[in-house]
Amino acid sequence: MAYVETKDLRKAFGDVVAVDGVSLSVGEGELLVLLGPSGCGKTTLMRMIAGLETPTSGEIWIAGERVDVDVPPRARGIAMVFQSYALYPHKTAYKNIAFPLEAMATPPAQVRERVAIGARRFGIERLLSRFPRQLSGGERQRVALARAVVRDPKVFLFDEPLSNLDAQLRALARYELREFQRQIGTTTIYVTHDQVEAMGLGDRIAVMDKGKVRQVGTPQDVYDYPTDTFVATFLGSPPMNLVEHDEQTLYGFRPEHLLPRAAFAQEEDVVIYHLRVRQVEHLGADRLIYGHLEEETRADQPVIAALPVTIPTPVAEDQVYEFAVPARAMRYFDRTTGLRRLDGAA
Amino acid sequence: MALPEQAPAAARPAPLALRRATLADREGALGRLLMAPAFLYVILLVGIPFVLAILLSFSGARSGSLAFSWVGLYHFATIIRDDQFQRTLVNTLIFTVVSQILVMILATTAANVLEAAFVGKRAVRMVLLLPWAVPVSLATMAWAWIFDSTFSVINWTLRAGGLMKGWIYWLGDTELAMAAIIIIHVWRMFPFATVVLLAGLTAIPTEIREAAVIDGASFWRRLFQVNLPLLLPVVAVAVLFGVVFTSTDLSVVYLLTRGGPYNSTHVLSSLAFQRGILGGDLGQGAAIALFLLPALVLVAIGLLRLARRSEVGG
Repeated sequence: MAYVETKDLRKAFGDVVAVDGVSLSVGEGELLVLLGPSGCGKTTLMRMIAGLETPTSGEIWIAGERVDVDVPPRARGIAMVFQSYALYPHKTAYKNIAFPLEAMATPPAQVRERVAIGARRFGIERLLSRFPRQLSGGERQRVALARAVVRDPKVFLFDEPLSNLDAQLRALARYELREFQRQIGTTTIYVTHDQVEAMGLGDRIAVMDKGKVRQVGTPQDVYDYPTDTFVATFLGSPPMNLVEHDEQTLYGFRPEHLLPRAAFAQEEDVVIYHLRVRQVEHLGADRLIYGHLEEETRADQPVIAALPVTIPTPVAEDQVYEFAVPARAMRYFDRTTGLRRLDGAA
Repeated sequence: MALPEQAPAAARPAPLALRRATLADREGALGRLLMAPAFLYVILLVGIPFVLAILLSFSGARSGSLAFSWVGLYHFATIIRDDQFQRTLVNTLIFTVVSQILVMILATTAANVLEAAFVGKRAVRMVLLLPWAVPVSLATMAWAWIFDSTFSVINWTLRAGGLMKGWIYWLGDTELAMAAIIIIHVWRMFPFATVVLLAGLTAIPTEIREAAVIDGASFWRRLFQVNLPLLLPVVAVAVLFGVVFTSTDLSVVYLLTRGGPYNSTHVLSSLAFQRGILGGDLGQGAAIALFLLPALVLVAIGLLRLARRSEVGG
């Protein structure tokens, strides 16, 4: 059942349409990631749900109540974690966490108790008397999470909360965030432009571009069956290879599926490409092979292959090799509309 | 790898003229040169008169004579016992404190209003700055008419509206005259404070203010617990400017009441002008003018420390 729902939601700033008719529903306890490049409207969409922006048209429902008209942010039962964490710099960590409770006129004894519970959950009991500037990035994030959780919100909104952490910390923080969300089971909407984050965190991902939702699905679904060329190339690093086969058809395949012919059994159904290797990158677990197709009809199209270390076939630059993609991993797109088709027939 | 015979332009040595360091390359010398005008200005037009004033306050100098006799703290001892001076000192304190409180309340309100988006905001901002831009003499003349004993617009309006039976002699009554002075001064000073506070308000990160909205804080809670504390450094600087400009202001008092009625609305600078320049007792005038200096220095240090402390956040 939908817990948070938007119906044909639209937001225009003057002539610029930031969100263009988005209808989404988030189930209770679900973590939905809004993923897209900057400027795709994901943040505006979240801000409308939070009540920080007023929709131009459309409806927003939270827990069965329509909130887009006459329900101010404080009455929507939401908590938000901002990209910069937005801690109050003149208040201690304790005061920061207590602020939403005090705003609700919670009795002091209860404030103390709930701040203590929140602090324990995130392991920041020792830091409560410090000011935000005395905290590291990871500690600030925990304080911001504690501030969001003490109020028992109906919905969590996260606006790229990991983007200020360094790469090492980010993987850990991602794990902890997922763990925490599963524990308390609060419906969560999470905005990011980082597809690794989206894949790792989301129960489902909504991929957005130019104000519209292009595809909604589980991470595996969106990765394996992208609905159009935008989703295909936005997800995955390196992105899906798109190769022109004829006037109407693009063939799409992930770099990890483009492997030397010898890696497949002789009887397996494969599409064969001849690859002139331009460059080889050794990335530890993988080798990235940048090359061009030598096929007559599809000459000079750039493709990338990702070979796991388990395939030790020697590959030298400027040589031509026979590569193959298994037919089961091949996707087909219409060249004019960019939409996925079921087969490669013209 | 061999260099090509014709090296690209960037690789060839620069022409001789460009290889010498010019004045613009020698940052030390250039810095001193560019600083010199400001430095001279401060020394000649602020520093020297200031030292002269201090010397004068310890001297028996009178206008019209070049004699300079050292009288020590005589002037200070005299003015402290002087009823007129005591009254003036109290006036100055009232004038400064009351008008600063009013200015800050008005400016905070105006800044919060002007920050919100509404149609005609730019026009309102322009109009708001006018009192600050109008020459003080012109403005005070206009206000003198508003408070005039016969033609007072305020009185006429109150009478016509049936709100008042009698007649108010604004500048004939001691308290009312002081109130009139404060009203004009507040009217003059608050646009500047508004602009300063508006700049400070805009500098508060949007996310922090939005966090307070999401956290469910009411308007007043956001104002007193988030916006104002974060504005504190800016407020401190605005108050510092206000206190200095107010406690040393001569123009409004002098143009509106000349210290009257019965010398009851004098402030230190108008009294100093009357005694020192018009009365010719340069020494006493200087002593009156300098009397508040130590207090002002302390206020300035206090406010600047407050500004710095809150900037680093606690």
